[in-house]
Amino acid sequence: MYSKTVMDHFRNPRNSGTIEDADGVGEVGNPLCGDIMTMYLDVEDEHIKDIKFQTFGCGAAIAVSSMLTELAKGKSIEEAKKITNKDVAKALEGLPKNKLHCSNLGADALHMAIKDYEDRKAGRKISEPELSEPHEHDHEEKCYCPYCDAEIPEGVTFCKNCQ
Amino acid sequence: MKIVNLDHMSANPLVPEVQEAIIAAMRGNYGNPSSQHRMGEKASEILENSRESVAGLINAAAPREVVFTSGGTESVNHAVKGLAWANADKGKHIVTSNIEHTSVIRSMRRLKMMGFQVTSIPVDEYGRVSPDDVARAIRDETILVSIMHSNNEIGTIQPIDEIAGITREKKVLFHVDAVDSVGVVPIDVQKLGVDALSFASNPFYGPTGMGGLYVRRGVKIWPLLEGGIQENNKRAGTENLIGIVGMGVAADLAIRDMESRIAHLTMLKQKLLKELPRYIDEYSINSHQQYSLPNLVSVSLKYIEGESIVLMLDDENIAVSTRSACASGSLRASHVLLSIGLSYADAQGTLVITFGADNSEEDIVRFLEALQGTVNTLRKLSPLYKKAV
Repeated sequence: MYSKTVMDHFRNPRNSGTIEDADGVGEVGNPLCGDIMTMYLDVEDEHIKDIKFQTFGCGAAIAVSSMLTELAKGKSIEEAKKITNKDVAKALEGLPKNKLHCSNLGADALHMAIKDYEDRKAGRKISEPELSEPHEHDHEEKCYCPYCDAEIPEGVTFCKNCQ
Repeated sequence: MKIVNLDHMSANPLVPEVQEAIIAAMRGNYGNPSSQHRMGEKASEILENSRESVAGLINAAAPREVVFTSGGTESVNHAVKGLAWANADKGKHIVTSNIEHTSVIRSMRRLKMMGFQVTSIPVDEYGRVSPDDVARAIRDETILVSIMHSNNEIGTIQPIDEIAGITREKKVLFHVDAVDSVGVVPIDVQKLGVDALSFASNPFYGPTGMGGLYVRRGVKIWPLLEGGIQENNKRAGTENLIGIVGMGVAADLAIRDMESRIAHLTMLKQKLLKELPRYIDEYSINSHQQYSLPNLVSVSLKYIEGESIVLMLDDENIAVSTRSACASGSLRASHVLLSIGLSYADAQGTLVITFGADNSEEDIVRFLEALQGTVNTLRKLSPLYKKAV
């Protein structure tokens, strides 16, 4: 099911962990769909000096997070903003169709971390997000069909688009 | 390195006697049981011998109350739809439970599209249906109740005999999905008092792609497959004799060995449950302590996701199953696990471990050792794991 590259990143994830006093943190996903990704950034001179990830999710989710940190590390903020989910999927030598939404999550987590960094720089952030505290991981309560990417409303168990 | 198979629910191996019977059947070049010549007669004899064996496994009053199908899913579809359609003149309301197999749920959904109403009863935290809830849900227009005997994800066994008492009193048909029970634990359809029972061959080491549907004499049911008049005009299609022979032999062995198999499986299950806390923490066991299949353990491992656990255990040559959304390709976490009150996160981190006759105590130990390493690795990666300060 998974390519060799995906399995490699799953078995040997790069850059896992957290960063104390990170310059930017982004978290996406929710346990409803089974994926939560958190990205930590250490930014110096507008470049991503260090990046770490934590992931609750399947093999694809872990591989995507790992590959994303490899693609983003060392890049400038502007370059990192341009990293798309397609880049990640391509670098992983492709993902099964029903796992492509995992790659979306990875790119989203990175962009949220970058936004968080920029918000803080601009003084927009009021307090540090307490991610180490146990908090209800209720983000948007949105779930998307792994096959056609249509949004699945709450309480629905079949994708009307695909049926 | 030998693979430790702890996913017997997905695929049971065929025991050697069944394998040999199937090979002999393939070489036997049997005719068609419907033919009038001697070749057909011979084939018909073989067919009816197998039917007797399978009917004996569930103690049906007469062998012809058993219809051979292509598996549990076909049996369920036939039972639910066939009973609903055939009895629709008396009413269009059906009662079922929240934790049924998807074949029941999808069949019910199809019937709803055709104008039937369905009431689905919730379960308690062990997955048990209350017979009182069933009684309260039955109305004048109710024609069918469908409740599973045992659940394939958590193993909980339902109070089928109590519910049958209620349905008989209220004169409502009762179908039981017993796909994971028949041939594993004793099932006596006459004692239970059910009107229809679905089952499959692989859970008792017969070939996949074979199953059966018991329908009590006198119960009105429409066929699912129409064409010829095979299976007492209940299920058209030339019979899969090769599969049927395998299923018949497996049934005989299941009757003969049921007690010893249950003892062996129970021993393995108890060992796993006893040793588990020595290897991992922050987990919960799903299922009723008493009313539960002897060959199934459902464990929810906090803070980590099922498919990643399965892949890592696979790297250690251990096969288990999970019900996470990612692994099943479905859109949400398991409806069964959510129905017994698990949070979404815990539902995603649930393993279903199912033993078979070929498992040993060493297999359990190997599994626990590998599980410990896997859980530690994945928890380190997880943003949900709060390290104890």
